[in-house]
Amino acid sequence: MSEIYACHKVSEGVIEGEVLISTDDFCFYLVDPKTGVVIEKNHCLEGQSIADKILVFPSGKGSSVVQADGMYQLKMTGRGPRALIIRYPDTVLVASSIIMELPVVDRVPQSFYEHVKNGDKLRVDADHGSLTIIQ
Amino acid sequence: MQLTVEEQEMLDGKYGKGTQIAMKIQVALGEVFDAPRMVPVSRTHVALSNQEADLWFVEKLVNAGARCRISPTVNPGFNLEYFQCITTISKEDERTIRRTRQAYKEIGATLTFDCTPYLEKNVPRFGEITAFSESSATPFINSVYGARTNRESAQSALCAAITGRTPLYGFLLNENRKGQVLVDVQADVKNDFDYQLLGYAVPKKLQFKTPVFVNLPTGPSPAALMNLGAQLNTAGNVPMYHIVGVTPEAPTVEEAFHGDDPEKVITITQEDLDQVHAEITDPVGKIDFALFGCPHFNIDQVARVAELVKGKQLKVKLWIMTSSLTKELAERMGYLETLQASGGDVVDDTCMDQPCWEFLYGKKGVTDSPKCAYYTKRRNMQFVIRKVEDCIEAAVRGEVS
Repeated sequence: MSEIYACHKVSEGVIEGEVLISTDDFCFYLVDPKTGVVIEKNHCLEGQSIADKILVFPSGKGSSVVQADGMYQLKMTGRGPRALIIRYPDTVLVASSIIMELPVVDRVPQSFYEHVKNGDKLRVDADHGSLTIIQ
Repeated sequence: MQLTVEEQEMLDGKYGKGTQIAMKIQVALGEVFDAPRMVPVSRTHVALSNQEADLWFVEKLVNAGARCRISPTVNPGFNLEYFQCITTISKEDERTIRRTRQAYKEIGATLTFDCTPYLEKNVPRFGEITAFSESSATPFINSVYGARTNRESAQSALCAAITGRTPLYGFLLNENRKGQVLVDVQADVKNDFDYQLLGYAVPKKLQFKTPVFVNLPTGPSPAALMNLGAQLNTAGNVPMYHIVGVTPEAPTVEEAFHGDDPEKVITITQEDLDQVHAEITDPVGKIDFALFGCPHFNIDQVARVAELVKGKQLKVKLWIMTSSLTKELAERMGYLETLQASGGDVVDDTCMDQPCWEFLYGKKGVTDSPKCAYYTKRRNMQFVIRKVEDCIEAAVRGEVS
């Protein structure tokens, strides 16, 4: 059985992957590009790898270049996330995702956040605006 | 999105492939944020970073024939010629900085290599529509000048420089500039450094809302406002703030909130500032260097450091990063000579987050900037964060206690 939720496209693409939730805002520059491991001090995901995950977090943070720089390096090493699900889109994160061709969605119903948990297998279809938790 | 004939032609490729790529990205951005149309911009600033993504994107646009309609000022990479005199720069890093300079020159940028263009070379008037990237710049443009910019990424600002347009949304619209959270400052904010801590402490309690500060001193220095904005926008995404009685869109509390009630009131105490200070600083102890100028120091700040080191010998090397104009002025004023006599120096056109500092990796420094310490996590540099006066004392003793 699977559950489907509506969402809104930020950056196009369709992909499946495993969910990793961050309750903290996220800066891709503070991830080790060689491993995909978060190196930001006191971050809730410090020491965990975001490689190949569908990363669920509130918002991007960090100055105007570092998101794109971080994402690009992760893309080159293949240790980046497969897609992002965000609550608050900001220009830096949105522009960086579009340029780096990383699928991103927002405007996800609250019920999704209540049901989704780490390790869930999820299909993100940004183009058609749907999220499917595959059980 | 509704596009003008010219904008549609840019999107269709009539102005070349480079302009087409830029317009495509801007239309996609506009659609995410429900922008009804594009608006012309009269100033732009690109946060050049001299890193792989930055170089990849600017070269991609240059090679596709893009040229800027609105020449942007740009952030620093590093001063190759200076660092070649004091350390070894790898062939690869030399190649990268040369390519970065060349690509930005070709695309039509104004090569200021300075992260505080809003102080001296790219100063907007009230209400002007602009596209500024760089985290210390966007809050200054919006808050201090009352000009308008979204929190552009380096890439989206470059697209705006090329097309001369930006999608109409966010902080370009009146209704989105109103204050949302009243920040009652009960802490004792007495110097420029306290604004750094204030800027770092507030975002945690804000949740993406625009803060309106009350009970701050009137007449803050430009550096104080620069610090506040830089840290607000580093610790969180806060591209605009109001200070009642100081910033132009907040003559009164009522006007700052556009006549509405605050959604929330938060209080910042001295304890909050002390706590954030303790959280972000690395442990005290022996230090190897002192580094200032993130964001770039202005001439008053350089003068202050010169005054503090005058007649003293520093145990560790000290650098102040600044613009080439400020360095020139520091030389003319004799500050540079004073600094060099004590073992310090001024370096222009340089950012702390660059490979030229490799000789300091694995070492510990002292700085007045939380932002400096935040990004250098990537470069294995440790920083004890202190106010400028204490930093100098530490540099003289070679130790922070």
